[in-house]
Amino acid sequence: MIFLLMMALPLLGALAMLVPADRFLRTDSSVRVFGTAVSGATLLVAVSALTAFDFDAPSSAGMQLEIDRSWAPAIGLRFHLGVDGISLPLVALTALLTFLCFLYTLRHPPAGGRIRLLTALLLVLEIGLVGTFVALDLVLFFVFFEVVLIPMYAVIILWGGPARQAAAYKFILYTLLGSGLLLAGMLLVAVNAGTLDMTELAARHGAGVSHGVQIAAFALMGLGFAVKAPMWPLHTWLPDAHTEAPTVGSVLLAGVLLKMGTYGLVRVALPLAPHGAQVWAPWLGLLAVIGIVYGALACLAQRDLKRMIAYSSVGHMGFVLLGIATLTPVGINAALFGNIAHGLITSLLFFLAGAVKERWGTADLDALGGGLLGTSPRLASILTFASVASLGLPGLAGFWGEMLALLGAYRPHADLPRETFVTFMGVAALGAVLTAAYFLRMLAKLTHGPPSGVSAAPGPAVSTQEYAAWVPLIALTLLVGLWPKTLLDVTTGPVHALFGGG
Amino acid sequence: MIWLASLTVLLPFLAAFAGMLLGPGLTRLLGGRPGSPRNGPALIACVPIAVSLVFAAIVAFTVWRDPGQRNGELATIDTGSVPIHVGLQVDGLAAVVALMVCCVALAVQVYSVAYMREDGRYSSYAAFISMFTAAMLLVVYSGDLIVLYAGWEVMGICSYFLIGHHWEDRGNSRAAVKAFLVTRLGDVGFLIGILVLGVGANTFSIRGVLAEAGGLPHSTVTAAALLLLAGVAGKSAQFPLHTWLPDAMAGPTPISALIHAATMVAAGVYVVARLYGVFVLSSAALTVLGVVAVVSMVGSALAALAQDDLKRVLAYSTISQLGVMAAGLAVGADTAAIFHLLTHGAFKALLFLSAGCVIVVAGSNMLAHYGGLRRGMPVTFWSMTVGLAALVGVPPFSGWFSKDSVIEAAQHSALHGGESPIRPAPAGWFPAPFALPEVKSFPQLIRPPACANDVTAACLSRPDEARATMTASLGHAEFRTFRVDLPAGVAWLVYLGLLLTVALTAAYATRAWLMTFFGEPRGTYEIREAPRAMSWTVAVLAVPATILGFFGLGAEELRPHVGSALLGLLLAVLGAGAAFLVWNRDPAADPARALGRARPVFARAFYVDEVYAALVVRPFLALARGVVTFDSRRVDGAVVGAGRGARRLGGLLRVPQNGNPQTYLTGLLAGVVVIVAGVVIFR
Repeated sequence: MIFLLMMALPLLGALAMLVPADRFLRTDSSVRVFGTAVSGATLLVAVSALTAFDFDAPSSAGMQLEIDRSWAPAIGLRFHLGVDGISLPLVALTALLTFLCFLYTLRHPPAGGRIRLLTALLLVLEIGLVGTFVALDLVLFFVFFEVVLIPMYAVIILWGGPARQAAAYKFILYTLLGSGLLLAGMLLVAVNAGTLDMTELAARHGAGVSHGVQIAAFALMGLGFAVKAPMWPLHTWLPDAHTEAPTVGSVLLAGVLLKMGTYGLVRVALPLAPHGAQVWAPWLGLLAVIGIVYGALACLAQRDLKRMIAYSSVGHMGFVLLGIATLTPVGINAALFGNIAHGLITSLLFFLAGAVKERWGTADLDALGGGLLGTSPRLASILTFASVASLGLPGLAGFWGEMLALLGAYRPHADLPRETFVTFMGVAALGAVLTAAYFLRMLAKLTHGPPSGVSAAPGPAVSTQEYAAWVPLIALTLLVGLWPKTLLDVTTGPVHALFGGG
Repeated sequence: MIWLASLTVLLPFLAAFAGMLLGPGLTRLLGGRPGSPRNGPALIACVPIAVSLVFAAIVAFTVWRDPGQRNGELATIDTGSVPIHVGLQVDGLAAVVALMVCCVALAVQVYSVAYMREDGRYSSYAAFISMFTAAMLLVVYSGDLIVLYAGWEVMGICSYFLIGHHWEDRGNSRAAVKAFLVTRLGDVGFLIGILVLGVGANTFSIRGVLAEAGGLPHSTVTAAALLLLAGVAGKSAQFPLHTWLPDAMAGPTPISALIHAATMVAAGVYVVARLYGVFVLSSAALTVLGVVAVVSMVGSALAALAQDDLKRVLAYSTISQLGVMAAGLAVGADTAAIFHLLTHGAFKALLFLSAGCVIVVAGSNMLAHYGGLRRGMPVTFWSMTVGLAALVGVPPFSGWFSKDSVIEAAQHSALHGGESPIRPAPAGWFPAPFALPEVKSFPQLIRPPACANDVTAACLSRPDEARATMTASLGHAEFRTFRVDLPAGVAWLVYLGLLLTVALTAAYATRAWLMTFFGEPRGTYEIREAPRAMSWTVAVLAVPATILGFFGLGAEELRPHVGSALLGLLLAVLGAGAAFLVWNRDPAADPARALGRARPVFARAFYVDEVYAALVVRPFLALARGVVTFDSRRVDGAVVGAGRGARRLGGLLRVPQNGNPQTYLTGLLAGVVVIVAGVVIFR
């Protein structure tokens, strides 16, 4: 029931935005406070879900906090929600990031006005995201998966940068194409297996679905999720969308939306078509590794801060995909850890890029100039922290996902070609060096040196709202990085269950 | 005891956060101002490390009294594969190195209070030193390879921040980036090496890995050892990953002392000693280590001869001395190598900090701006003289003992076809009941757990025999030969390289000494002693640099041997004499002129930087630009092209659907005609 409440709250909030402005919440600022309150309440519900979740339950216990109602009995559709250790961290991350976005918007609304619409759209977005992570019925999952697209499209096209129209079209058409393939793949499995229930399908470990169907289904679903993740070479919607989207859009896009792709791979594609996964895993690994190196190289020559962070996502999600491709518990753990770490760190980076753009009106590194540590020491320090976390320093969140993915690639699933994956490991590790290179290049360019460019004029100090939005991300990055056990203990059990172990 | 060790690590770690966030506030609270004794950041920096030093001393003393390995585990992290054991492992080796780290870190912190008095960003600077110290202590005490790696990398990022402390200057910024990236390149190998070892042994705990190493396939061990060496070469600035270190001189001088004496560069050699049980199993790794060591020590000694900058002379000498340690490890003399690590830590910290005094007074790093400084700054002069004497290996200063023991071991190895020298039983590694009162000499304390498994197992399973072996070793009557399979040619190479390095070291040290303190003053500044917090720290550090060598007298393998000692001394006199004779002809000029046309080559350190720029940096940048073009033209072009294609296709299909009824009717009619015709014709 708790998840029903978690989705009902934003839904009510979004519906309340339909009430004409002269009846309810006349001023923009009161709308912003309203949005913050609603998302804050949702976050509280998420926290109570965290406390209600039994972390000590044996992994064989499966889903918790379930709700299972008949929805459309004629086609066996059920309204089935629930979480386990795989989805719970993502649900919490979604609620947290949405709340932080609203908190940030309190003082720094995106240019373009229409705050009522923005509030409603962000709340609908939250419903879709939470729903995707808690849905346990294939059609329900797909519905929520699609619910996310429209609000994000609207956010980009209404509050985006100068080239927003092309970016928004590309975003929605590209991801809709992926969704089509995804739906086809899911239905292929469901029709063959005769059920839409994800827990039941997962428990069968692919039994009852023929080898050929599994190969086809995994390819279809994999492509659909790979567009979202994004996997090289299906990534080109991402830099445009991230760059053009307003700050809150980029944060949610990078922080949670990308995770739907990798979560879907782990939650849907892998358990539904395990034999298909084994056939495609080396190819997935290959594309993931190409993504890591390619993303890093693309970042190295980027001139725009936001665009650089966007391409860095391609590299980081490459590590996540590599973890999944190994088909080992440690690899899946790496993917889930990487998901959360990337959600925390890249959101922070996009917040910072937004702050830079808001202060000096551009995110172009050459135009911004250098010496930010001198002119805006706090902003520059936090940017340094986030970059260091993103380049995978041990002790901060980014490291563990990468390290575990490499560990998984060193000894992949017994049926996979080991030499190939060891090569992947080597190349991916070199990609980590390139990751350090482009972040340090950016920091040197932006924060070091004598003051120059437009940033030589000191911008406004970091506001309370900005601190409020950033400090939780910093604290969590430190917590998860210093004590990875917090997250690994949650995910390890269900991951073992995914592979049929105890 | 493990608790004390944990606190030793934790205190500087917490101090780093406290200093960064609360330091300036504490200053205001105490009513002081930056530079006064009531300086918040300085207090937060110095007090915890002083307490840590006391704890580290207690830990070292406990291990001294009661040798043995102590393990503590805080938690086990289940990764889904090989678990991570978050825990510490304290033995003699760790305890002694940690003690040295704390000593140097405290000296650096106290010295920095004065050296950085005018600096507006002192609080972040001191906090990063604290973090750096904590990371190094974590590396030293860690009982798990992944935890060790965490400390290892945190050290790297701290060095980045500290080298780039004066980031206003683009040069410093570049040096910091270079230091991090070059070491990170090595660290990638290091991490993979750890993964290879961990997966092979099915544990990341150092104890477990050492116990399992003997049973692993030879190829696995060799691969792991070689990969680990990449990280070691990066951190310990060995060829071919040494180029970051001379540039790292861009950082404030106390940082140079910290990085180049006690912490970062020591970590590489320390890790080899810590995992020596893995390295001795792979002769390929030892061969590579030996060759790398020789190239590093001779090449950088030559480079040091021609440097104009005092700090760069010291930087190249560090690479060279680390090469000496690596050479010791390659020929199987791990105790001697660690002994040299400790004495080098003492005298190199002394050298850098006294160089800092010289730089503060002269306002320049350039040797050409010094001259005749011995008259105005006697404390610095005598301290630096002690440091240089220890570096050259003048008896009875500390460096002489340690370098001699390495040379002796290399000589033995060369003369015995690559077989390693005498190795007494590792007394410091036995559990308490077997500890004898005599087990207080230095080498027993620092003896790393390098005994091969089978031997150890035998020792442990038969305590009587173990006691007998150990007693015998203490009585110098009987030694076990521990086979280190080094090709004879490499052993000779190492030996000759060491001898050549001795002569070169004497030459460049003498040159720097004469140019700085003798002759006529060449600068326009007033020659006076540096502030007390600096000169006193330097004077205090001169004590261990002098006497540390005598601690080695308790062990056979660290005792000076007449043959190698005389040979070494003769070579040192030759090198120093040559430098003096050249200098004496014209004290105002640089003796490096005698190098003639080789001088620019040495000064640029054989153009390694230029080679890297041409072969690595520029190709990668070009590749990156290529990727961006490829991404927008090809990958995205395909996507946009597909969109345009779809639209064009739509345009074609749209032509008949143009809303004109005449067209529709025409089409309809044409269709009817075609159908009718078809029916008529084909029926």
